[in-house]
Amino acid sequence: MTARASSIFTGAAQSSVLTLNRVCLLLVAIALLALFGADLAIYPVDPWQELARIGQGILLPSWQEPRILLEALGQTVAFALLAVAIAAPLGLGLAMLFHWRGVRVLCAAVRSVHELFWGLIFMQLYGLSATTGLLAILVPFTGVFAKVFAEIFEQQSRDPALTLAVGLNPIKRYVYTLIPQAWPALLSYTRYRFECALRSSAILGFIGLPTLGFHLETAFKQGQYAEAGALLWAFVLLIACIRFWVRPRLILLYLALSIWLLPETLGFSNGGYFWRFIGQDIWPAALREGDIGGALSWYGEMLSEQVWPGLVQTLLLTQIALVLTALVILAVYPLATRAMAGPLMRWPGRFLLLVLRSTPEMILAFVFLLLFGPSGLPAVLALALHNGGLIAFLVANASDAGRGTLNDRPDDPSGLLRYAYIETPRRFPAMLAFLFYRWEVILRESAIMGILGITTLGFYIDSAFEEIHYDRAFLLIAVTALLNVLVDSVSRRLRRLAHAEPVRQQDSSCLKVE
Amino acid sequence: MSLIRRLLAITLLVLPALAHADTFVFTAIPDADESRLQQRFGKVADYLSAQLGVEVKYIPVKSYAAAITAFRNNQVQLAWFGGLSGVQARRLVPGSKALAQGYEDQFFKSYFIANTSTGLEPADSLSDALKGKTFTFGSKGSTSGRLMPEFYLREQFGMAPEEVFERVGFSGDHSRTIAQVQSGAYQVGAVNYAVWETELKEGKIDTSKVRVIWTTPTYPDYQWTVRGDVDQHFGDGFKARVREALLNMKDPDLLASFPRESFVPASNDDYGPIESTAKAIGLLDE
Repeated sequence: MTARASSIFTGAAQSSVLTLNRVCLLLVAIALLALFGADLAIYPVDPWQELARIGQGILLPSWQEPRILLEALGQTVAFALLAVAIAAPLGLGLAMLFHWRGVRVLCAAVRSVHELFWGLIFMQLYGLSATTGLLAILVPFTGVFAKVFAEIFEQQSRDPALTLAVGLNPIKRYVYTLIPQAWPALLSYTRYRFECALRSSAILGFIGLPTLGFHLETAFKQGQYAEAGALLWAFVLLIACIRFWVRPRLILLYLALSIWLLPETLGFSNGGYFWRFIGQDIWPAALREGDIGGALSWYGEMLSEQVWPGLVQTLLLTQIALVLTALVILAVYPLATRAMAGPLMRWPGRFLLLVLRSTPEMILAFVFLLLFGPSGLPAVLALALHNGGLIAFLVANASDAGRGTLNDRPDDPSGLLRYAYIETPRRFPAMLAFLFYRWEVILRESAIMGILGITTLGFYIDSAFEEIHYDRAFLLIAVTALLNVLVDSVSRRLRRLAHAEPVRQQDSSCLKVE
Repeated sequence: MSLIRRLLAITLLVLPALAHADTFVFTAIPDADESRLQQRFGKVADYLSAQLGVEVKYIPVKSYAAAITAFRNNQVQLAWFGGLSGVQARRLVPGSKALAQGYEDQFFKSYFIANTSTGLEPADSLSDALKGKTFTFGSKGSTSGRLMPEFYLREQFGMAPEEVFERVGFSGDHSRTIAQVQSGAYQVGAVNYAVWETELKEGKIDTSKVRVIWTTPTYPDYQWTVRGDVDQHFGDGFKARVREALLNMKDPDLLASFPRESFVPASNDDYGPIESTAKAIGLLDE
């Protein structure tokens, strides 16, 4: 801490600002280059009839059967709660072992597969069951928890550990120093992840689990927009009210309720499906028959026809979406802060951010598809708005939490000057850190844009599952995972270069404010 | 003591599984209107239960792929598949049989539809004017929204759809295909004829914006497929009784869920053309 404070008065601070600027410029330059390669055509369309129906449905939502809505809400919460309750302790355990490269790679690999694809994989093993839903959330979430918890530990002061006996076993070290030190940050991050788990749980309905997404997808694709509107509002309300209904004392009760609420499991894996899947399904026929030449030509064909084009499209879209996300954050976060929008006027801003982060990207993408026609543009816009809304919410919270601290001065400017010279520079490193975290999320999510006719890696993975070509799905998922491990290590390095630490302490207090 | 407890625990774990073993489970994805599946097909389950004398359950699924997986893993024993998904499922589960198809499924067809701004006119064949347009299929595993349209595109133009059109999307659903072509988001699309006719009747289609430009030749589509091992689990002749029950389903309320006029007998061989088409365009391995 002291070293850091003194560095502000030396050249070190300036050089870190310089690096920060360089990293940002580099990302912008890459995105500009990507603009040339990406497919962002706009087509003449006449969407107003359809958009009017969507607008009407959202303004005048209606739902016939409250029981079904309540059931879907209950199951959305049940999956999310149980998955987090299992994933957080597992993640904590792995975080203590995060200095092992093997653990880091494993965590990056499980994180890199979208919840929907985990769902599809587990469905092969456990059918359409509670097990499938739980595992689909908890496996990737464990990877995320491990990574973030490990980073939280990294930021803790090492001083308390010095008081412990030399040679004490590492677990005791964690239990007596690091975990108590980091407890508030660990807890607040877990709470934030719970909101993410609710979103994942809802989206798993898209592949058939009985959560909100099940009905939302049906209503939306069949143009029953009043019902889709009702479901969207229910979901927004659920997330908006988290702080009222998630109470530490009630958690145990909720957990018990969740187990009771989980859908009845029809069918179960007897182990045979597992070995069939691992041993046969995911390997190309040629390889299983020992035909090495045939297998090589199969891999070669996949590489040139799906892997490479998918990789290029995915990266192009991701880089553009990343920079656009940053612009969205900078544009909307002040609307939700006490300092710039004012104590009252920040509520419409906060509402906007709530809607942006609660609306599944697929629905945003569909609306933009109607507006601009099929190309990468709807995908980029949907990703940027959703992720921008999410990060802007965290940044705005950090800004509100910074009020009344020592940094505040009575002669601070207000309005635009405050935005340009005080808030944005102060929030910028944290914002960049959040952005780097979302990088891999954006990478994963660019996968779900098949309706746009954009052939990202995810498009091919989805096709492979639909066409029952699990060998292709496995190869493509493995490539995506590798790409993600790569992006993860680059973003780690960039973050260190930019000194863009996530400022967990602020983050934790901001979540309490919320 | 602890041994008894352990035995008790194991018994409790196994009992529900045994209870399930006697339940006959089916799934179905109708080609239109997927809302309130549980209620609508719950009635079909009640009907089958009364006819067959065993407990019958319906589970809703979201995609053909999920239906096939459930069928393969014996989570469901009977399924209302599309033409292509039925072929895929029967390849994965040796011994399974197509029992019955909808009356309409004997001569099913797809419509190619176009936004009127394209100036494309109804014709007897797919015209060269289609080249360079944007085009959307329905869902990736659909027979009427993907397989047959792709087959006829390849037959007409001698190349893959991605080469014929400027852009090829997958709307995921027939209703969405219609909405997207009507709004001009895509210029041309391929859609299940039954869904088009239903939406036309309901007044959901603005014919000044979108129209049918070509109709495919007919092909067999949706059918009921049952696993080969049901006779072992539910008694000899069970398969035949299931077929009887399906063919005798006359209640318009039940049939409306599919929606079909009635069910007629079908066999695996009826779907030979679908299988060879799927192989021809590379959707199925040889």
